[in-house]
Amino acid sequence: MVMTEKDPVMYPDYVGIEELVWERLALIPDPEVPVISILDLGVVRSVRYNGTTLEIVITPTYTGCPAMSLFMAEIRAAMHDQGFDQVEIKTVYSPPWTTDWLSAEAKEKLRKYGIAPPVPGAISDDPFAPPPVVPCPRCDSKNTTLVSQFGATACKSLYTCKDCKEPFEYFKHF
Amino acid sequence: MNTQEALFQYCLRLGDTNLILGHRLSEMCSRGPMLEEDIALTNFALDHIGQAEALLKYAGEIEGKGRSEDDLSYLRSVDAFSNWKLAEQPNTDFAYVIARQFMVDVYQCLLYQQLQKSSNEILAGMAARFLKESIYHQRHTSAWVQRLGLGTAESHRRIQQAFNDLWKYTPEMLTAKPFEVLLSTQGIVPDPEALALDWNVQIIRVITKAGLKRPSDDMVETHTAHSEHLAPLLADMQYLQRTYPGAQW
Repeated sequence: MVMTEKDPVMYPDYVGIEELVWERLALIPDPEVPVISILDLGVVRSVRYNGTTLEIVITPTYTGCPAMSLFMAEIRAAMHDQGFDQVEIKTVYSPPWTTDWLSAEAKEKLRKYGIAPPVPGAISDDPFAPPPVVPCPRCDSKNTTLVSQFGATACKSLYTCKDCKEPFEYFKHF
Repeated sequence: MNTQEALFQYCLRLGDTNLILGHRLSEMCSRGPMLEEDIALTNFALDHIGQAEALLKYAGEIEGKGRSEDDLSYLRSVDAFSNWKLAEQPNTDFAYVIARQFMVDVYQCLLYQQLQKSSNEILAGMAARFLKESIYHQRHTSAWVQRLGLGTAESHRRIQQAFNDLWKYTPEMLTAKPFEVLLSTQGIVPDPEALALDWNVQIIRVITKAGLKRPSDDMVETHTAHSEHLAPLLADMQYLQRTYPGAQW
């Protein structure tokens, strides 16, 4: 179903249209971690519609994250499907994106998917501070060990559980 | 030089440094000493290139001549690049990669910590973002400096050699440029001299812990031009855009 500003009966004001946009954004999965949506991730900061142009403001996760251009392409495609001809996607750096913006629900989705969610508390700027204790997403044991600070995507580290012996990914606190 | 010109120079230098270092690190892709390290170094490359993209985009906007971050990256020649000479030094061996990266990480952590309080909101926002990345980098390279320094006699010899060889490029990185002085007096960027002092303290802290010696300051690279290593790097990095101008995919 195509919905545009030309549907005054269904969408008498722009607020309604913006709400529709938010609902549609909630359906776009994170390209790297498909169990969570880009809304769960917290990258969309605002949605504004002025009758002709739809402006969506997003905050990058990691500055060089290749998924960001994919996010933008998917947002654009979804909004064109929705009937918006003019879509402007703006990137802002401030305030910087943080994993604190992941909802509790999103963290639970990550855990069930086998990725340990971020452990609260900022990473220490002391380079010799021990890495955070990350519970195993499978057996919940805290007897886990950091294998590599960096993983297959910018946002994850590699851990191993010493109890259930399973390796797992940790969505870094950021 | 007015504030806008100084700001352009500042973003260009920091952006170029990240770009050139990012490219150097990308050369390590599939050449890391082990799988995890290969992944780590390419993650570093991604972060630095991402930071370069943001800084050079902003530099282009300040300049106001319509140059995009891609124009600045791919269509300038050696003399127009203002990156730190340390960043362009070749990978040589893993100890050099780590020593070079560690010295940059320590500087960038200190810089971004201060720069996130800049009166320039755009710079402050970028710095707050970049800082988190640099903290992870610094953790990683500090641990490697320690592991190599306290490892075998061979690893110790090689990391010490890497520091000794690269040390002569650090004064160029630490010496305040006129545009940095101008911006720091206006509270837009941190005081470069204070940063240099803090950098020395942190470097000494880590290399001492790793059983290494701070190299002597006798050898200082004083040439104003880039080292011979930048031109081949650019030839590789810019080849496609130079050969097929405006190519996209």
